Amino acid sequence: MRKLFTATLLSFALCTAALAAVDPLPFKDRAEEVRFQNLTKQLRCLVCQNESLNDSSAPLAADLRRDVFEQMRAGKSDAEIKQWLTARYSDFVLYDPPLRGATWLLWFGPALILLVGGGALFATIRRRTAAQPANTPAPTSEDDW
Amino acid sequence: MNARLLPFTGFVLVLALLGFGIWWSSTHDLREVPSPLIGKPAPAFALPLLDDPATSFGSKDLAGQPYLLNVFASWCFACRDEHPILMQEGKRLGIKLVGFDYKDEADDAKRWLAQYGNPYDVVIADLPGNVAIDFGVTGAPETFLVDADGVIRYKYISPITPEVIATQLLPRIAAKKGAQR
Repeated sequence: MRKLFTATLLSFALCTAALAAVDPLPFKDRAEEVRFQNLTKQLRCLVCQNESLNDSSAPLAADLRRDVFEQMRAGKSDAEIKQWLTARYSDFVLYDPPLRGATWLLWFGPALILLVGGGALFATIRRRTAAQPANTPAPTSEDDW
Repeated sequence: MNARLLPFTGFVLVLALLGFGIWWSSTHDLREVPSPLIGKPAPAFALPLLDDPATSFGSKDLAGQPYLLNVFASWCFACRDEHPILMQEGKRLGIKLVGFDYKDEADDAKRWLAQYGNPYDVVIADLPGNVAIDFGVTGAPETFLVDADGVIRYKYISPITPEVIATQLLPRIAAKKGAQR
């Protein structure tokens, strides 16, 4: 009986510990909470880097959530809060990297590759159709290319 | 160019791109958060001393002298690997060694320093972790080199090694000292 009691107590303690990991913040209304959730979902946890600041239970994430919340309360805009974070943790903290000199390849690289590939494909097809009159029979698979 | 070579060339290009990716990720730590604070003034701070929480110590007390800020904690396993290096080589740096006890219970930190030795000239405690956020700290151990003008010159994430001290810290400290003379 005593063992069961201890086990129950322990499981309660563990549950509260798990709850404390994602700390409840004293939002004044639903709108504030929604704004907070939206903002922290765009921010990366610096410890568990595949988690957003909104999801992470890392202690640093909890500290940063608290800071974001306090800054929201202080009347800072989302952009100002992001700027405050990037001044400390660089663009790494943003899931959406800003467009600038160092990131243009990241933004336009895929389009560039598509363009080069598409261009090469187009040129090859044109050359082949030009080299091959419509009446000649299609080449066998052996002398393809 | 021979059209027959085109697919092969494309294949080689893709291979080169992937190979570059492998090379890049094996020579760079992709998880490492780059610090935007390097070359900028260190944030102003004042924190309680670990041994004497009533006394505050901070950037004002460190003004005009270079120092090495070493973020550690008793809960940090990697700090245990780093600690002997600081014990052995800390004095060799010739600058003030500031221990930054990060999100740690004072008693745990004191016990930890008593057990492994105290290489620091002064130890400050940041239990809430606010100053650490100003420094862009993501965890422990992390080390900052701040020059006499209060500018962060270098940041190293993960345990300091003798190699880092010899190739990164000492040359920077020497360069700064030479410039002042």
